Amino acid sequence: MSLTEQSATELLQLLNQGEISSVELTQSYLDQIEAKDSQIGAFLRIDAKAALARAADIDTRRQSGKPLGKLAGLPVAVKDVLCDTETKTTCASRMLENFRPPYDSTVVAKLKAADAVLIGRTNMDEFAMGGSTENSAFQITRNPWDLERAPGGSSGGAAACVAGGMAPLSIGTDTGGSIRQPAGLCGVVGLKPTYGRVSRYGLVAFASSLDQVGPLANTTEDAALLLETIAGHDPLDSTSLDVPVPEYTATINRPLEGLRIGVVREHFATGLDPEVESAVRDAIKVYESLGATVKEISLPHSKYAVATYYVIAPSEASSNLARYDGVHFGHRHSQLSVPDPTSNSLVEMYRCSRSEGFGPEVKRRIMLGAYALSAGYYDAYYLKALKVRRLIRQDFDTAFEQVDLIASPVTAEPAFKIGQLADDPLSMYLVDLYTVSANLAGLPGVSLPCGFSSSGLPIGLQLQAKPLAEETLLRGAHMYQKATDWQSRKLDQLK
Amino acid sequence: MSDSYKTIIGLEVHVQLATNSKLFCRCSTQFGAEPNTQTCPVCIGMPGSLPVMNRTAYQLALKTAVAINCEIPAFTKWDRKQYFYPDLPKGYQISQFDLPMSANGYLEISDEKEGRFEPKRIGITRAHLEDDAGKSIHDEVHGKADSQIDLNRTGTPLLEIVSEPDLRSSAEARAYLEELKLLLEYIGVSDCNMQEGSLRCDANVNLHLETENGKVATPIVEIKNMNSFRAVERAIDYEAERQYRVWQETGQRIGEAPKQTRGWDDASGKTLPQRSKEESSDYRYFPDPDLVPVLSTPEQVAEVRAALGELPASCRSRLSADHGLSPYDANVLVNQGRALLDYFFTTAKTCNDFKTTCNWVTQHVLRILKEQETTIEEFAVSALQLAELITATADGQLPKSRSKDAFEMMCAEKIDVATAIDRLGIEQVDESALVALCQELLATNPKIVADVQAGKQQAVGSLIGQAKKKNPNVDPGRFRELCLELVAKM
Ligand SMILES: [Zn+2]
Repeated sequence: MSLTEQSATELLQLLNQGEISSVELTQSYLDQIEAKDSQIGAFLRIDAKAALARAADIDTRRQSGKPLGKLAGLPVAVKDVLCDTETKTTCASRMLENFRPPYDSTVVAKLKAADAVLIGRTNMDEFAMGGSTENSAFQITRNPWDLERAPGGSSGGAAACVAGGMAPLSIGTDTGGSIRQPAGLCGVVGLKPTYGRVSRYGLVAFASSLDQVGPLANTTEDAALLLETIAGHDPLDSTSLDVPVPEYTATINRPLEGLRIGVVREHFATGLDPEVESAVRDAIKVYESLGATVKEISLPHSKYAVATYYVIAPSEASSNLARYDGVHFGHRHSQLSVPDPTSNSLVEMYRCSRSEGFGPEVKRRIMLGAYALSAGYYDAYYLKALKVRRLIRQDFDTAFEQVDLIASPVTAEPAFKIGQLADDPLSMYLVDLYTVSANLAGLPGVSLPCGFSSSGLPIGLQLQAKPLAEETLLRGAHMYQKATDWQSRKLDQLK
Repeated sequence: MSDSYKTIIGLEVHVQLATNSKLFCRCSTQFGAEPNTQTCPVCIGMPGSLPVMNRTAYQLALKTAVAINCEIPAFTKWDRKQYFYPDLPKGYQISQFDLPMSANGYLEISDEKEGRFEPKRIGITRAHLEDDAGKSIHDEVHGKADSQIDLNRTGTPLLEIVSEPDLRSSAEARAYLEELKLLLEYIGVSDCNMQEGSLRCDANVNLHLETENGKVATPIVEIKNMNSFRAVERAIDYEAERQYRVWQETGQRIGEAPKQTRGWDDASGKTLPQRSKEESSDYRYFPDPDLVPVLSTPEQVAEVRAALGELPASCRSRLSADHGLSPYDANVLVNQGRALLDYFFTTAKTCNDFKTTCNWVTQHVLRILKEQETTIEEFAVSALQLAELITATADGQLPKSRSKDAFEMMCAEKIDVATAIDRLGIEQVDESALVALCQELLATNPKIVADVQAGKQQAVGSLIGQAKKKNPNVDPGRFRELCLELVAKM
């Protein structure tokens, strides 16, 4: 088996035992990228020289017996939305095409402290808005399982690079499903932590009350390793939770005794692809065979989740993206100076800069959000959405009194064709149906492969747990992976 | 025409809180640094950065809110006030909208000096925290208009104190501002420096008129850009007259014209229509998802209240009730600020004579401070030295007639009273020497003796002058008494 087909956990062992060097490993991934990424398009930027230099430095330190970080020598890909002083952070937008942050996001700083080799920056939907990565201003990313199909989004590049064997670990962000949905469509593991578990400092905001950073990997063990590296309280993020982070890798092999799995009645309604339904139902049977009890539960307000999400997320986005006006940040219309604030030319500069800098989906959401927050509409939309959000959270609170994990599909269908939903934003929004609730309720959720469609496309299983129960989530997911072998089914070749 | 209308005034005061660092980051708030040197990713709204509340700023705001008698709710939150402007890098200001940190307070004003109005309670609608914007600098030299922006001020903590429309004249508005400034300085939450923008004031003004058809209100105008208390007074007076004129011309009532913003132009003494930078009336306020709500318990509020110290209002009443000063004198002393009052108390308690101390401080100390354009902290005569002067005078060690000379010398030469007495050659003249001097002068001035005997006691006055020439230490009072006694015995 070649290096790039092994799990990060295995690779870390080889590194620590001195069987392989980080330079060797990094080079193997760079070779994979070289061979495949012109077709997949997962990466926006690669700095091979810097990655190899860093790998060499880690190798030297390892040889001289110096203390090393948790991920010492492992390549990690980072979604192009987390600030890093050593590269640009574009958010796949023309607006930030040349933005080079002067500071590291907390997650990037933690990765650097853990001696990860930051191998490249992955593609995404512009400002993380979308479910297909087609909204990137720079390039399309293709699903490694079928190059005609989308990898999902917005962390499409993050999922595709792991699925394509171009990185063992990758960092994504999830606002309404942006880690779990592409992980599901690309057949990898993707975990969205509890809101506040991972610092948002240096994550370019889409919707602040929903955004979370999380890991994508080949296995649950690998996801646990990456999560415990990036999680933890951050005094620079007021919404970060000040609770200790368990060592997930230490407990992940312990099966959950007396596990209670909840199956949500509303999740198996119309619109669910029969192949997806049967794969998910089979997965639930696997849990039963492992001794878990399965209970049908109801989340009565989940039918409002997408509507609620598409009021709250755009509202926050309309505000978060106000700073890209060409004065301090972002693309400026080809005028050299900021005009006199009392003149009409200032408004003209704002208008031109924003019209040119943002893509259509971002504009659509800014408009939606600005509308929902306007005087006269605020109560009917934003305030109402906040109330429904509370009801959705209460549904989960009630559910988690009866069950430990909720099992569901990740998406209603396997990966869709590129361009298939591009002109139909409403259908694209419904792709988030199974994932948005976790963001609205602040819960952790994980997506893991649970089968393949007849056309050979991966199908994902989603597990959700109560806030801060990532350990339960990972142990539960790992039980399933030990009992099945979907995760080891690798791509033979790109098709 | 002022009899025909009432001026209705509400003030919005922005106070820069005296913190070392900004409201949501650690940058310095020091005034006057090179442009854009006191900034960081957070206060300039760099993509990805997040605010973290400065506890000290919140504590100072809480202290102020308690001092202006506000209610402190258990729960307060942050909201984004959104508008586009080049000096606002995030595209929104972090402020407080529907759940401010304090509300329903009041401030008592009075103006004993002029006696124009009775002590009066001015309602305070709310006081809330927000972060300041930057400063736009418009450079229009060389025939081209170029704008530059300094973000040093961006993120500085401001407390916005909104009064009820309870003020009825420019003089009341000024009294309110002076009392507020005094209070803020007493509790040490702000340096209230208007030149540096630590205290800014906008006024909402309109008129209530009595007409044949009943009461009528004119449209409300917000006046901005007033850089001194004097400017506030002038602007309100100007605006009231202007509104009355406009009303006579147009008859426009409140609601018939939108709220207008006008800027005060100090040079021309006029308010001029201003295009507000926050032009949009819809700020699309919503709770800032990057910040968590702030909670305060009644115990925390009680703690803040207990630590406030004495406020100007209670200080005034204590001075007149407990120490017998007139309300006028108490007002003069308290209005000078905490430092002078501390000076006063130290002196008064040391010499144990509040009234005499008050006379010295209000008549002499304040005069010298004004002449020398200095502050009490830098004044040459310390509180204890002034107390020694007062005690020496009471003991008779320093004749009353020479105490002012001694004081002037202490001020000029930074010496204590004993040294001054010494240098002025002051020594007590003993009674027998004084009697001898009396006799000598009476003997050489028979005309004066005759005048006194004829009932013109004031004739002795010219002898006092001669006596002082012969011996400057002569106590004129005692000399006069002795002369009259001797003449009576003749
Ligand atoms: Zn700062």
